[in-house]
Amino acid sequence: MGILDFLKRKPEPTATVAKERLRIIVAQERSTRGAPDYLPLMRNELLEVIKKYVNVDLDAININVERDSGHEVLELSVALPDGKAASTP
Amino acid sequence: MSAEIIVVTSGKGGVGKTTTSASLATGLAMAGKKVAVIDFDVGLRNLDLIMGCERRVVYDFVNVVHGEATIKQALIKDKRHENLFVLAASQTRDKDALTQEGVEKVLDDLSNDGFDFVVCDSPAGIEKGAHLAMYFADHAVVVVNPEVSSVRDSDRILGLLASKTRRAERGESGITQHLLLTRYNPARVAIGEMLSVKDVEEILGITVVGVIPESENVLAASNAGVPVILDENSHAGQAYRDTVARILGEARPLRFTEVAKKGFLQRVFGG
Repeated sequence: MGILDFLKRKPEPTATVAKERLRIIVAQERSTRGAPDYLPLMRNELLEVIKKYVNVDLDAININVERDSGHEVLELSVALPDGKAASTP
Repeated sequence: MSAEIIVVTSGKGGVGKTTTSASLATGLAMAGKKVAVIDFDVGLRNLDLIMGCERRVVYDFVNVVHGEATIKQALIKDKRHENLFVLAASQTRDKDALTQEGVEKVLDDLSNDGFDFVVCDSPAGIEKGAHLAMYFADHAVVVVNPEVSSVRDSDRILGLLASKTRRAERGESGITQHLLLTRYNPARVAIGEMLSVKDVEEILGITVVGVIPESENVLAASNAGVPVILDENSHAGQAYRDTVARILGEARPLRFTEVAKKGFLQRVFGG
C-alpha cells in the first residue's frame, strides 16, 4: 500500500460487499431449491391466518422443507413480536 | 467408445459462453480429438461468426433434427483443423424447433461417427434451449464473470445440472462440473473492486478449472472470426490452452490471476 493510499481512508471495498450479499442470497436460494412450488403461496396464506390473531410480518415466518433419508419434514417457525399478545382486530 | 458431451452454460447472457465454446472445441481439436461444436441458441445464431464460418452455413441443427438434411450435410468443417466441425443454429426458426428426441438422435449419430467430443454451446437463460443443451451432458463448463448477477445465476445453473439432466434422472454418476471464471481483472481485484477467484470459489463451493483474464484480444479474435485460443501471444488465449489441458486431465497452475509486481516508485506513491 502506498503513502497516498494510507492518507485516503477508504470505505469498505465493493468486492467485500458483493461477496457478503452473494453469500446470503445464494444460501437462501439453495435452501429453497427443489422445494415444492406451493411453498411461497402457502406461506402467504398462513401469514393471513396468523395475522388475524398476531401482528407479524412476512419476514417473521420461516418455512423449510428438510429431507432426511426417505422422509421430508416441513418446518414452520413464526417469530412473535415481544411483549404484546394478540391484537385481535 | 461414445462421444463425451460437454455443455458450456452460464444462465446469464454475455459472460463468454460462445467465446468459450469456440476456444474449447478448437483446443480439443488441437489436442488431436475429433470434435463437433453445436450452437443451441436457435433464432440467435452466433457460434458460426465466432468460429469464422458464417458464410459456409448451408444446413443447420434444426434442419437435421427435422430430417431436412443429414448430419454429414450440415456439419461445417473448420478451415484450420480437419477434425473440428461446427453445427450452426437455425436463424429463422424459434426455440421450440428443437425436441429432446431430435437432439438425442443427433448426439447419437455424432457418437457413432467416431467423434470424441461434442461441445454444446447453450443459450442464455434456463428455458428449453438451455435445458436441451445440458440434458445429455457428461461434463459441464459453467462460465461465470466476477460480478454478482453472474455468480448468482451460475449457482442456479449448478443446481439444475445436479438435478435436471439425464445422468441425474437415471441416478448415474453426476455430470463433471467445471467452473470457468472469465473477464477477470487482477488489478481491480487487488484494489477490492472485483470479486477474487477465491471469493467466487467460496460462494459457489466449487474450484475453478480456469481463469481467463479480461483481454482486448478477445474482441479482436471475435472481430476476425478466429477463436482466441489460437492467439498464442494473448494471455486469454494462453489461459484457454491451460483450461483445455486441465479438462483433459493435466495439472497446470493458474496464470494471469495476479497483478504484475510494481516498481519501487509505484509502491511508494501508489497508482
